[in-house]
Order: sequence, then structure tokens, then C-alpha cells
Amino acid sequence: MTGEISGSLNLIGFGLSAIGPGVGIGLIFAAYINGVARQPEARGMLQPIAFLGFALAEALALFGLVLAFVL
Amino acid sequence: MSPLVLAAQGEGFTPPGKEDFWWPILGSDTSAWTLTRPAVMALLSVALIAWFLLAATRHRSIIPGRLQFVGEGAYGFVREGIARDLIGSRDFLKFMPLLFTQFTVILLNNLFGIIPFVQYPTMSRYGFPVALAAITYITFHAVGFRKKGFVGYFKDLVPPGLPGWIVPFIFVLEFVDKFITRPLTLSLRLFANMFAGHLLLLVFILGAEHMLLTGGPGLKVAGILSGVLAVVMTFFELLVEVLQAYIFTLLTALYIGGALAEEH
Repeated sequence: MTGEISGSLNLIGFGLSAIGPGVGIGLIFAAYINGVARQPEARGMLQPIAFLGFALAEALALFGLVLAFVL
Repeated sequence: MSPLVLAAQGEGFTPPGKEDFWWPILGSDTSAWTLTRPAVMALLSVALIAWFLLAATRHRSIIPGRLQFVGEGAYGFVREGIARDLIGSRDFLKFMPLLFTQFTVILLNNLFGIIPFVQYPTMSRYGFPVALAAITYITFHAVGFRKKGFVGYFKDLVPPGLPGWIVPFIFVLEFVDKFITRPLTLSLRLFANMFAGHLLLLVFILGAEHMLLTGGPGLKVAGILSGVLAVVMTFFELLVEVLQAYIFTLLTALYIGGALAEEH
């Protein structure tokens, strides 16, 4: 049985480029959970910082996604 | 994208692509003035938000009713959770109308992505996030220029106390960040999240439909699994949609707060 797969190679590149931000987002939330576990009252202060870091790391993955469709 | 061929069945399945985001209602494909589905939904969202907020504030009482409770909850969340923390208690009230408008508009338009019968996130057309990011961009630069003066604003890009040779590099880096990267990431983040989320749901739902209708017994099982995953992904989208509205407002408040800050 032979098959044929056709599609855009760009999306494989996007998959590879998503590894980095994925690891980064994991590290950010690991640090956030650690911080809240050690000092629960600091949650309100840590939350915007954690989501800010998340947004910045995520932007890199999204650049990859957009470029995968545009290029 | 070219069609993916399901080899075993020999049936063609056209995967969803960016063509699925083009929904003209009035006008032709080539015209510059075409009324599209997201445009109608953006207008609908404004009408819905206006109706909701007017209804929530009409019968104000000390013991809030259900509508008033939800309205005050949303307002309080933006005011206490975002604006006061990031802009500072001295200036934040001036920016509350902007922040609350952005939050509600983005939240409702994102939620349209999973509300039955609407099911299309407005922000997956790039023009809408660009307009929203442009408002943020103009606001935080205008605030900065008014606060520090034209020369002072550029001088403030570089933190004081750096060795002389590094100043030009930091200036260029900061300039690119504030004037190019910030609006680009702000609009792209919202757009790409909604675009990718809608595409993901389309892949699972259309894939499930195709496998159930045309596949053999093995593919029918895969189709059912795909349908279950589509439901799971819908809940994941709910999380992403609320999160993106929060992050957009958070970043707007952060940029305004940064422009207002005295020192680095």
C-alpha cells in the first residue's frame, strides 16, 4: 500500500519553532507555581508578571505560526 | 494548502485553511468595500455590550442584582486586577474607560468563537487586532510624549548610569522594542491565537465529520475520538479566549504605566 502525503513544509518548521517557546512557557509557569507555593500571599503580585512572561514567550511561537502561513 | 490525500480510502479531504476565514456577505471578492461576517459580528458585539452595561447599571442598588453583580465583577477585575496594579493608583482612573472597553470588546468577540450559531472569532481577521493595537500604540506614546516632552521621551529610553559606548546600542534596542515590536506583537498575538484556535477546531470537527461519513470501521472510531477531542478543544479555546482578552488589557496597562513612570 503506497500513500502520498502532500502539504506545506512550512508547518513542520513551525512545529520545530514551537519547541522553544513551549519550554519557555513551562519554565515561566513552573517558577510562578513555585513562587505561589512558597508564599501564597504574593499571588496577586506574581500573576501579572507570570502572564506577561507567558505573553512574551508565546509571541515567538505565534510569529512562527503566522510566517508558516504567509511565506 | 494543497489537499491532504487519505491514502487508504482514496477519498479527497480538503483540510481547512486560511480560505475558511473569508466570509463576504455583501459585495464581491475583489471589491475593497465588502461587508464581511466579522464586520457584522463586531457591530453586534458593540450593541450587545452596550445593552448589557446599560441593563447592568440601570437599577443600581446596594444589594446588587444578578446583572449588576456580573457587570461590577468585570469592571472591578479590570480596575483592581489590571489598572491599579500596573498604572499606579494616582493615574489609573483616567485610563479605565479605554481598558474596560478593550477588555469587554475583545472578550465578547473572542467568545463569539465558541458561542453556538456565531462560532467565528472576529479577531481572526487581522484588521481588527491591528485597529485595537493602534489605539494602544497611539495612547501610550501620546501619554509618554505629553509627560516627558519630545526630547525627554527619547532620552528616557536609555536608563541613566550606563557607560557611554553602550548608550547607542541600548537606544536602538529600546527604540525598536517600543516603536516596532510592541504594536506588532500586541496585534499578532491576539490575531494568531484566534486564528490558530479556530483552525484547530475546524480540523477536529471537519476531520471527524469526514471520517465518520466516508471512512471504514477503523476510521469511524478515529472520527469519534476526533469529535470528542473537538469538545475538549472547545473548552481549551474558552480558556485561551478569556486569557487573550486579559493579556491584551494587561499589556496596554503595562505600556501606559511604563510611559508614565518617572525613572527606570
